Amino acid sequence: MQIKTMAEYFANGETPEVLFWIGCAGSFDQRAQKITRAFAAILDKAGIPFAILGKEETCTGDPARRAGNEFLFQMMAYNNIQVLNNYGVKKIVTACPHCFNTIKNEYPQLGGEYEVLHHATYLQQLIDNGRIKMKEGGAFKGKKITYHDSCYLGRANGIYEAPRQVLEALDAELVEMKRCRSKGLCCGAGGAQMFKEEEKGSTRVNFARGHEAVATGASVIAANCPFCMTMLTDGVKEAGKEEEVKVLDIAEMIEQNMQ
Amino acid sequence: MQIVYQLLFLIVLVAAVWLFTHRVLAIRRNILLGRDTDLTDQPARRWKNLLLLAFGQKKMFRNPLVAVLHFFVYAGFIIINIEILEIIIDGLAGTHRIFAPVLGSLYLVLIGCFEILAVLVAVSCAIFLVRRNIIKLKRFISKDLDGWPRSDANYILLTEIVLMLLFLTMNTADQALQARGAAHYLPTGDFWVTGHFVPLFSGLSDSALIAVERGAWWLHILGVLAFLNYLPFSKHLHIILAFPNAYYTDLRPKGKMENMPAIQQEVLYAMQPELAANAPASDTVPKFGAKDIQDLTWKNLLDAYACTECGRCSAACPATQTGKALSPRLIMMKTRDRAEEVGRSKTPDTKSLLRDYITEEELRACTTCNACVEECPVSINPLHIILQMRRHLVMEESSAPQEWNMMFSNIENNMAPWKFSPDDRDAWAQ
Repeated sequence: MQIKTMAEYFANGETPEVLFWIGCAGSFDQRAQKITRAFAAILDKAGIPFAILGKEETCTGDPARRAGNEFLFQMMAYNNIQVLNNYGVKKIVTACPHCFNTIKNEYPQLGGEYEVLHHATYLQQLIDNGRIKMKEGGAFKGKKITYHDSCYLGRANGIYEAPRQVLEALDAELVEMKRCRSKGLCCGAGGAQMFKEEEKGSTRVNFARGHEAVATGASVIAANCPFCMTMLTDGVKEAGKEEEVKVLDIAEMIEQNMQ
Repeated sequence: MQIVYQLLFLIVLVAAVWLFTHRVLAIRRNILLGRDTDLTDQPARRWKNLLLLAFGQKKMFRNPLVAVLHFFVYAGFIIINIEILEIIIDGLAGTHRIFAPVLGSLYLVLIGCFEILAVLVAVSCAIFLVRRNIIKLKRFISKDLDGWPRSDANYILLTEIVLMLLFLTMNTADQALQARGAAHYLPTGDFWVTGHFVPLFSGLSDSALIAVERGAWWLHILGVLAFLNYLPFSKHLHIILAFPNAYYTDLRPKGKMENMPAIQQEVLYAMQPELAANAPASDTVPKFGAKDIQDLTWKNLLDAYACTECGRCSAACPATQTGKALSPRLIMMKTRDRAEEVGRSKTPDTKSLLRDYITEEELRACTTCNACVEECPVSINPLHIILQMRRHLVMEESSAPQEWNMMFSNIENNMAPWKFSPDDRDAWAQ
């Protein structure tokens, strides 16, 4: 799979259909890198000309902003918007709901206006318009899957159905946790919590969510966010179910099951 | 003798309205201690929110059973107030049931509806008391409500039950007197509910019955006027402020944080110094984030006064649920308490919302998940307050956990929150 950067497209006078915004977790975190590769493989197999920014991509500033460091956020936003606007980027897809939220909702006011899609919505569109075709009776057929709503895709942006429709394409049995959709419980990583130790309490948020997910009896927990991925994987481990229950991103599941 | 009652009524009524107005103006002044923010865009969407969220109580219906009970109390409260109008006119003019001859048979229907609502209000309030004090729902026994707030909730429910029972007692006695053909008690026909309870009073003399009727009438209206003045000192104020709060609620996507144009400008000048040369000079040093209530917006303070301490926010908060110090309900209660304190004091004190009321530990436990914002039936946003206070901590005091400072420096130096080389950003593709 040949992955081209925006600079390469630009040098050849070409324009990709979409820019794949990787995000820092997707770039550096070993577990999230697998999700990045899976989603890139989907785009490749579906024959979609896509680009990445490569070394020109930097943190959107989301964790800095939510921790209270507006200066740092504005610096990161300024630089990213400069790069994106210089390439004339129109459409962005990302597998990170935090990057999605920031670029979609917070960059326009700072001069960065793009069509921004989270990969859940993008995958749903590709399935709906037939650009992705699923295998008959794939690896997840008939399996119990539970879906964890990330806060920044769900409550923050009201996207609850697209990821569920993507999972339906797997022919699996979707079981809901008690707290789902707009009532979904956070994984514990948002608001820059990912980068610090939790405050003291009776338990960890990801342990609580891990137990709830395991209690559904599902063999797969479907996630859509690299931070949720880390937190839920730890939560499942704490519940002693790491052998039986896998935490997978929806992109990984689709990639395994497409023709 | 009648004129004495009329005068007494006038004095009580004027005093009650004057006191209420005085308190309302004080609350308005306290709310306007907050900084300005423009929340008047998209009026059509705002009216829709007012209708759906405040009048329609849309969020309450996330739990339909409780929503229906709450709706009885709310509808009863609004509709039975039409009866208060008659009581006030009677009290001032010395008349008795002045609407009865004017409305004819419609009067019977109106009173019938009021009585059914009164029964529903009393029953619902009784169920609410049971939920609070016997079933002990988690969000009601939380330590957030220790002391006055817990009593406040019970006083409100008890008062409403007592007022409804007085209203029904008054009507029953009236019906009994009508049946006996007592002077001034003109026949109206059988009231739908109390008409059936007349035999209860069969043992009383006419004068005793009149004493019961008058006594219930006076206690009811005095109770209503007293409750009117209790309202703005209590969490019950939500019955009024839920409406402006729904109208002025933030219309941005929940994930969008408030921009800080001053910092945006500063970063722009740092990046493009040629623009700075032509920038208008400013001699005021901007303040970043919120340390005290004056740094919050007036909407944040309106939120605080609109809060009815129901605790749906905290019941949904991941931090509260896992035993952290943070409880979004307490954020609102503390903000209101501080606004009250600042509003009352003649001279500025040395206290602030930060630390004297809300601790850093609480602010740092938030995952910005928006569950509290999603749950609030009266459109309160505790997250907005938390994020403004975090901005103050980091930008004015450089106060952040060590891990966050490392995250900041990683973003600055390596363009990612972790310490990886920017050159390896596309290493996954190899």
